[in-house]
Amino acid sequence: MEQRTLDQNEYVQRTLKNKQEFSLKKFFLQWEWLLILVFLLVIVINTSLSPYFLNAAGLRDATMVFLDKGFIVFPMVMIMILRDIDISVGSTVALSSVIMATLYNTLNVPMGAAIVICLLVGALCGLINGLLIVKFKELSAVIVTLATMILYRGIAYVILEDQASGNFPEWFSFFGWGSVAGIPFILIAFTILAIVFTLLLHKTTFGRQVYAMGNNDTASRFSGVRVDRIKVIVFTLAGLMAAITAIFLASRMGSTRPNVAMMYELDVIAMVALGGISTAGGKGRMIGAIIAVFIIGYLQYGLGLINIPSQTMLIIIGLLLLVSVAVPKMKWNWKFKKSGSKRKLE
Amino acid sequence: MAETAVESSNELQQEKKASKLAAISKFRELGLLAFIILLCIVVQIKNPSFMTLGNLTDMITNTAILSILALGMMLVLITRGIDLSIGATLALSGMLVAQTVSVYSGLHPLLAILMGIGIGTVCGVTIGFLVSKIGILPIIATLAMMNIFRGMTYTISDGQWISSYQMSESFVSIATSSILGINTLVFIAIIIYIIAFYFINHTRTGRQIYAVGSNPESAKVSGINQTKILVIVYSIMGGLAGLSGVLWVSKFASAQGDTASGFELTVIAACILGGVSIAGGSGKISGVILGAVLLGIMNNALPLMNVSPFWQSAIQGAIILFAVIVNALVKRGVDRNNLLRRKI
Amino acid sequence: MSDYVLELKGITKEFPGVRALDNVDFKLKPGQIHALMGENGAGKSTFIKVITGVHAPNEGEMFLNGERVEFSNPNDAQEKGIAAIYQHVTSYPDLSVTENIFMGHERIQKFTGRILWKEMHEEAKKILRSLGSSIDPKSEMGALSVAQQQIVEIAKAISTKAKIIIMDEPTAALTSRESEELYKITENLRDQGASIIFISHRFEDMYRLASQVTVLRDSKYIGSWGIEEISNEDLIIAMVGREINQVFPERKGEIGEKLLEVEGLGKAGYFADVSFTLHKGEILGLTGLVGAGRTEVCQSLFGIMPYDKGSIVLNGEKVKIQSPKEAIRLGIGYLPEDRQKQGLVLQWSIGRNISLSALSAIGNKGWLRDKKEFAIAKELAEKVHVKANSIFDLVSSLSGGNQQKVAVAKLLTAELDIIILDEPTKGVDVGAKSAIYEIINELASQGYGIIMISSEMPEVIGMSDRIAVMRAGRIVKILNRAIATQEAILEASMTDSTEKNAG
Repeated sequence: MEQRTLDQNEYVQRTLKNKQEFSLKKFFLQWEWLLILVFLLVIVINTSLSPYFLNAAGLRDATMVFLDKGFIVFPMVMIMILRDIDISVGSTVALSSVIMATLYNTLNVPMGAAIVICLLVGALCGLINGLLIVKFKELSAVIVTLATMILYRGIAYVILEDQASGNFPEWFSFFGWGSVAGIPFILIAFTILAIVFTLLLHKTTFGRQVYAMGNNDTASRFSGVRVDRIKVIVFTLAGLMAAITAIFLASRMGSTRPNVAMMYELDVIAMVALGGISTAGGKGRMIGAIIAVFIIGYLQYGLGLINIPSQTMLIIIGLLLLVSVAVPKMKWNWKFKKSGSKRKLE
Repeated sequence: MAETAVESSNELQQEKKASKLAAISKFRELGLLAFIILLCIVVQIKNPSFMTLGNLTDMITNTAILSILALGMMLVLITRGIDLSIGATLALSGMLVAQTVSVYSGLHPLLAILMGIGIGTVCGVTIGFLVSKIGILPIIATLAMMNIFRGMTYTISDGQWISSYQMSESFVSIATSSILGINTLVFIAIIIYIIAFYFINHTRTGRQIYAVGSNPESAKVSGINQTKILVIVYSIMGGLAGLSGVLWVSKFASAQGDTASGFELTVIAACILGGVSIAGGSGKISGVILGAVLLGIMNNALPLMNVSPFWQSAIQGAIILFAVIVNALVKRGVDRNNLLRRKI
Repeated sequence: MSDYVLELKGITKEFPGVRALDNVDFKLKPGQIHALMGENGAGKSTFIKVITGVHAPNEGEMFLNGERVEFSNPNDAQEKGIAAIYQHVTSYPDLSVTENIFMGHERIQKFTGRILWKEMHEEAKKILRSLGSSIDPKSEMGALSVAQQQIVEIAKAISTKAKIIIMDEPTAALTSRESEELYKITENLRDQGASIIFISHRFEDMYRLASQVTVLRDSKYIGSWGIEEISNEDLIIAMVGREINQVFPERKGEIGEKLLEVEGLGKAGYFADVSFTLHKGEILGLTGLVGAGRTEVCQSLFGIMPYDKGSIVLNGEKVKIQSPKEAIRLGIGYLPEDRQKQGLVLQWSIGRNISLSALSAIGNKGWLRDKKEFAIAKELAEKVHVKANSIFDLVSSLSGGNQQKVAVAKLLTAELDIIILDEPTKGVDVGAKSAIYEIINELASQGYGIIMISSEMPEVIGMSDRIAVMRAGRIVKILNRAIATQEAILEASMTDSTEKNAG
């Protein structure tokens, strides 16, 4: 096909550059630099407030604690690039972990099989969300995931009522507590998945199509992008990652109950928004959200060290979410006012 | 003349179409009512203690708070918004008022109520400002504010409960007393519904709420101040949530950090069941009442029918999903009918 | 007292990155129907919004009856007796007809502020009857037809007791009979003392109604003439900016074998019984009124809107097309009408836009290959002569014509046999128009079969080998180029369909 076009140079009247120029200004005007700065700030402030902050063992434990919800951040980045939202992820965590524990404890299913089923249940929850959203376009993702958020946790309650289920085999605690060569296993898993998702979003045709849909869903469809399929895949990934979170969470806590992972969606959405993924869709990068996971995680840990109650953390995360979605909008307004009458290029 | 004949036949067709749409929306309320009656009969057969005065009063007072909140949520949904923070607003206002009452036990109940409304309104104005002025998506803004309000409630209460013995007699009696033979909670709900009915059907501001939701673009062209409308809507929602906070604390005689946690979902469910369109622009008071009553009955009936309370949330989720899907399918059917009627 | 009810001097309006109006003057006499003409994007719509107070101008002055006025919002303009009927009907579908009519100036009781519903319903009914319509004022706006909604909009203007009524392309979606009704209503309004600004790019509208015409072009004021003072040719020159001698380039190449055969295609509520054939190297024009079902037929061929009757035979093989992806794989490409919403990702660079529909070909097992992508994008962008500095320029920074070229380049990434062009020159300036015509001809001579939807008569006649005319969802005539005249096409497309139904 390219032959037909490549060979016809007789029409070239003017050449277009196809090498991107490197702009130093543009390079440094990236949201991620700001995030790194904030991250360093968090470290410095925490260190000055509490001498225990930079304690290797403490940091290690903290990382293990906050990373579990980080797994959901990866697909949530894609969902928010698609201009959608998924507030059912916390419930999916609860449901898949409750099913896993019940299978092992009550139905005597081997733990390995229970883990696989846990992943399948998570993926199924996400798949249902995705299918409902694409089959019923008149419902928004907000309403669909709101309903399934109630439903999934409701099913978890039906299964376990207000009981906890634990007694996992010894080896299962490896997910939450184990390390390989001194590095926590959860950090290794997080890093691997971070790389996988970063490549998926930025280096594959799949990721490119996700961005296209976030910018202009209609034009993407007219360009032959299989918009429904991509949306279903992304929501299924969200369910799958919620199940992975469920495994790490259950392992770390040694048991699970229907009310685990309450309001995880808020933390996850706050991390994604702080990471520079615009709620208007189509913008933002995986790396920003990954940095944001660590910012919020260490912030939480540091505040815990100086005895700020966890309830206050709610306020801080809420404010952080507001600021991170409001700042880009204000910047945008300011830009509009500044750019006077730039004529269209003709 | 052929010309006028054509026109009138055309218009006749249009009118039929319009009346059919109206019929369907009426049908949906009648259907809801029929479902409620059917449910009552089934519950009554299973457990005769359902239709006793004590139980009915209990159920109606329980539904009062839900229906007050559903009214505010309807207005928010009509403007194409959503408010997830109301449970937290309710808790915050309830806690602050309960603390005040526990210190100044002489506080008149009416003042307590006004104080709750005031606190809620401040919360609502904040959200309205974030949504309309800064342009943050309602779901994000209210999710964030939900956490902030909830966190504030925990912080000011320091994790402590305020229970009935710390509250004055007069305060607790808000929920137990009655006016004109009607329980005060129910009385307040009725008054609010009457005011709201007048407000949304007979005042310009009320109609402008519908206009903004039905077509934001033309609202701009018609010179409707959208910022004002959104702030008003979220303030009303906040004010009602604040009021409900006082009523809630008085009714359950305790204020705690996690009061009404997750209640916003029930409220949204009531609206959706009542036929409020999540795409904005439409929703009726009669529908919202029925939606709230239906959920109230279910919450009351499940324990009576020996259904484990742990089923409640799952059933509620399934119902919301079912309701929105049926809604969508009915609308599709109507649209398809209209298309088929077009002559080609 | 001034001779004019409305006078605007030196109006300039800027939006971020664009100057939408540049020093525009305008004068409206009392009791006049004044046509405001110009091509798409000439600034007409912005101009109205300045008059109605939706946009505040950056520079310039406005006078009402000789008195200087400034509007800070639409209510100000309404109070001064200015009403507008916008191009896209701006109604509230969920509200009643009465509410739509009285939105913004409801009848309310003094002191209590209660809305007087009964009075409003009656008033609405009265106005609607005076317009010769029997619409029930209590019915829901969303249930009305476009023509009826148009009438409600006019009723709205009347209800404000407007002295100046602006109509923005009110006839665009109407049949000839409905248009005639609208003309009569408009004349009645004038006779009752209103002054009317009528915006249209249909010449028939202007000749039928207006006594004065003002032309805008490229956001600038070009001139204003009495309708008798200016010839049709001069008016076209004023609108398009230069004389058009030979817009339609000659085409080499021959019509080859049969590519596509559509038989009895139908979709309930949109079109029915559509049959035609398309050959290699042929340009098939598809014309008719807006809303006749042209776009829907083509979107069915492209898999956007699945058809429910009939068959499509492609290269001798019967196919079922259910998604755009499938259509592209089968060799059918579609250039959408609304390139900003359907055709392009405006926030993206030229290169990314071009490669979007060919990602699977550019990618290697799902991985992106930058070098290949950039090379293809560059070649294609140059082939269609996109004017830009690099393929990394954002599409939103390009002019309409150049955006359209990018959209065409996007089509060329796939291995296509058939290209469907939906209003390819809509909103494109004259220079870019002929460039696009050349590209289309070039594609035809390369052997593509081309279906071109167009509302512009000269374009359809000048470009097509055969012309299919649609009316109310059916193809009513297929004309050969040799016998196609403007009159023949108009007659086929405008004869009212409701007549047939009634009879």
